[in-house]
Amino acid sequence: MFFRIWLPVIVTSIVGIVLVTALYVPHDPFGKLNGDFSEYFNIIAAFAFILGAGNLFKIHLDKIYRKTKGWLFSVVTVAGFLITLVAGLLKLGNTGGWEGDVVQPGSWFAIAYDSMFTPLQATMFSILAFFVASASYRAFRAKNTEATLLLAAALIILLGRTFVGYWMTAWMPDSLEFLTIPALSNWIMSVVNQAGQRAILIGIGLGVISTSLKVILGIERSYLGGE
Amino acid sequence: MVRPPYPDFHDSAPTRFTRFLDILIRFASLRRLSVSAVLTGVLLLAAPAAVFAQSGDPRWFIEDRANLLVIMLLTCGAILFYTIRATRGADYFVRKIAGISAIEEAVGRATEMGKPVLFIPGIQDLDNVQTVAGITILASVARKVAEYETQLNVPTSRSLVMTTARETVKEAFLSAGRPDLYNDSMVYYVTDEQFGFVAYADGFIVRQRPATCIYMGAFFAESLILAETGNSVGAIQIAGTAQPTQLPFFVAACDYTLIGEELFAASAYLSQEPKLLGSLRGQDFGKAFAMLFILIGTAVATISVATGGSLSGLMDTLNHWFHVAAG
Repeated sequence: MFFRIWLPVIVTSIVGIVLVTALYVPHDPFGKLNGDFSEYFNIIAAFAFILGAGNLFKIHLDKIYRKTKGWLFSVVTVAGFLITLVAGLLKLGNTGGWEGDVVQPGSWFAIAYDSMFTPLQATMFSILAFFVASASYRAFRAKNTEATLLLAAALIILLGRTFVGYWMTAWMPDSLEFLTIPALSNWIMSVVNQAGQRAILIGIGLGVISTSLKVILGIERSYLGGE
Repeated sequence: MVRPPYPDFHDSAPTRFTRFLDILIRFASLRRLSVSAVLTGVLLLAAPAAVFAQSGDPRWFIEDRANLLVIMLLTCGAILFYTIRATRGADYFVRKIAGISAIEEAVGRATEMGKPVLFIPGIQDLDNVQTVAGITILASVARKVAEYETQLNVPTSRSLVMTTARETVKEAFLSAGRPDLYNDSMVYYVTDEQFGFVAYADGFIVRQRPATCIYMGAFFAESLILAETGNSVGAIQIAGTAQPTQLPFFVAACDYTLIGEELFAASAYLSQEPKLLGSLRGQDFGKAFAMLFILIGTAVATISVATGGSLSGLMDTLNHWFHVAAG
């Protein structure tokens, strides 16, 4: 019980209190501890990464061994993992040899990263454009008053961000400039949208303070194992 | 070599740290301790080494942050006050949060359909409080999953999150009286890379067609990709995040969304523990405080503009009270 629950709670409390104090007291030891705790977190995360990689390897090898559904994807994952690991560790194709940078242009690692990994990432990201269209179609259907208002606001902002919005209301006199589509678009973004976002941010800020306080004081311990 | 007149802990702390780690891992494997206990133990032992080190800032207090300190003490004081009151028997009402209430229904649906439940605790590490909030909700979801004997899948994009989530799920299955149903393959690590993780999660959703998808934690550009893919397979989806820019995407594509603070209130709502419920009342005090000063600020600014700057001094004072200094 002490090692499973209380020791982590004690350490969390000490670290939390020191970090909060360091926000106001930059003098040592708080100033130094502030930097060191971040460093310790990175070191712990680096060790934990070995756990993660080991787990990835174990799960996919198990899938291949059992030939479960989709096991060929696991073959690709394991092969990609091993090839990248070996190419990076041994610095294969690196013109600078052992002392050269691991991402030096022309090295196998750099080729794998630039020619395969980056385009694959870009492909996943570009799917977002299509999903935005399908989600907008559903969200902007005028089913009720609120949805209709949302649709109208979205339409004004979409038009206001393009040349069409400017062109549609360019004929308006200067005295009515605030009614042009670009001006309305800016007003919605900077007043209505900003007010809503700030309200949400205040709630989030208070939620973060409360959760952090509960964690520091050991009131919230679910993250230590479901208590 | 000339040695400094005092122990040079600054340079040697990381080396000592790795030695501590090595010894503790051996000790832990002998005592079968949890990983979080080992990691926190490491911090506890390494901290004194850093106490004697020096960074050089001569200031004992950043005076420009005095306003922030007062606000923090007021907010934390209110949270503590109501928490103590709650432990002494005060009863607090919490409004219904539809997204959290729907968790049981969503797990039940997965059981009826014989399909898995997918839970993603965000893509950030444990140093992000949203991830901690996500893990606390996972504990409750896992308990329900154990009670209903359903399959649970928790892919993670950080190793530390995997380790913590595993312990949480294991403990939840134990507390539900079904430790036999738990196995380590429920919670697994995928990759740290944002879109690599999304590619896996999307592939999982399309191939396994989970009946329920729950996204709780910190999400970025991947939020809509995940939620739209889940929507395309007809899964019931519950999301929660404190990233304001991602909330519209979750609202558009999910059945239920926990907006900002609701994510942090979830553990109190689920457990109904008085101490946690009391902290919610403390947050309400903070909101009342914010509302009061928003109203005062709006009135002062309006009057100041209308009267040609007669209240500009008061306006400056208010601005100064809520200005956060860089340090």
